[in-house]
Amino acid sequence: MTTVTIDTRTLPAHWRDFLALTKPRVMTLVVFTGLCGLLAAPGGIHPILGFTAILCIALGAGAAGALNQWYEAEIDAKMKRTAGRPLPAGRMDRQSALHFGVGLSFFSVILLGLATNWLAAMILAISILFYVIVYTMWLKPRTAQNIVIGGAAGAFPPVIGWAAVTGDVSALPVALFALIFFWTPPHFWALALFVKTDYAKAGIPMLPVIAGEIATRRQIWLYTAIMAAAAMAPVLLRLTGPIYGTTAFLGTALFAVFAFQVSVHRESDPERMKPERRLFKYSILYLFLLFGAVVVDRWVFA
Amino acid sequence: MTPEEQKEVRARQRSRSIVVGLLLGALVILFYGISIAKIAGH
Repeated sequence: MTTVTIDTRTLPAHWRDFLALTKPRVMTLVVFTGLCGLLAAPGGIHPILGFTAILCIALGAGAAGALNQWYEAEIDAKMKRTAGRPLPAGRMDRQSALHFGVGLSFFSVILLGLATNWLAAMILAISILFYVIVYTMWLKPRTAQNIVIGGAAGAFPPVIGWAAVTGDVSALPVALFALIFFWTPPHFWALALFVKTDYAKAGIPMLPVIAGEIATRRQIWLYTAIMAAAAMAPVLLRLTGPIYGTTAFLGTALFAVFAFQVSVHRESDPERMKPERRLFKYSILYLFLLFGAVVVDRWVFA
Repeated sequence: MTPEEQKEVRARQRSRSIVVGLLLGALVILFYGISIAKIAGH
């Protein structure tokens, strides 16, 4: 039997590759934090409009992911973790990804504006532009602090969810924004420590590549301290009650223990970076826990 | 283009058409729901 090889570049891209372009796995956290912002907001929203708001946040995040992959196709090809994505693997042409990303951006923003209000739509538009232009195009290839400022893009969803219900932005959504903003550096640098070699190959100035591992470990600890302050702020400012307060206190204490272990760990072999992997995995659970607690707390006490 | 390639292209076009059709159907339902919710709110 003869095998037929087909040049995938002449083929129309598979619909699954368009789905992959939206980074569905990253989206779970975005959707969850957006949903929590929406559920924690005072007053109510019609379930269909609430669903539409979350859908728009997810579509906006997907659009930003697609534009990110459109811009970084050559960099992605150099990293093992990303080489299998539709563009570097040659399963889709770049223009399709660009059109898909731009189209999805406009669609998500306009739909959110029509279904809820234009403040929420404007914040969604800002978050997409921030992720694509400020983070992907400007900061990521230039500075090792890229994800510190770029983390703001991922911090917008609870603010959008809140604004979709109330039409304004008050202290609690800002506090939730700050929590994700300061959570991003320790979360991401824990990952960067054990995939450092990959970033170095692609020429991305991730902190472990530029400043070294020890400096990165110190910075993880430093940002954990700031994150702890942000995590406790909602309860100290009396924006939430004891359910969130207790969850945040215990969750952050455990986060600090894991971050401390990473900060004093001296290991360069990614295979043996157990505390780093543990911190990375726990950081995701941590955010789910705290945001879940905000909602429960608001429902019980507000 | 060989017959095999043609077959593959057709298969992809078909699957994309089905997905686009389903998405459009879902959008019709969504816009209907949004309209009803908006009217109910006024």
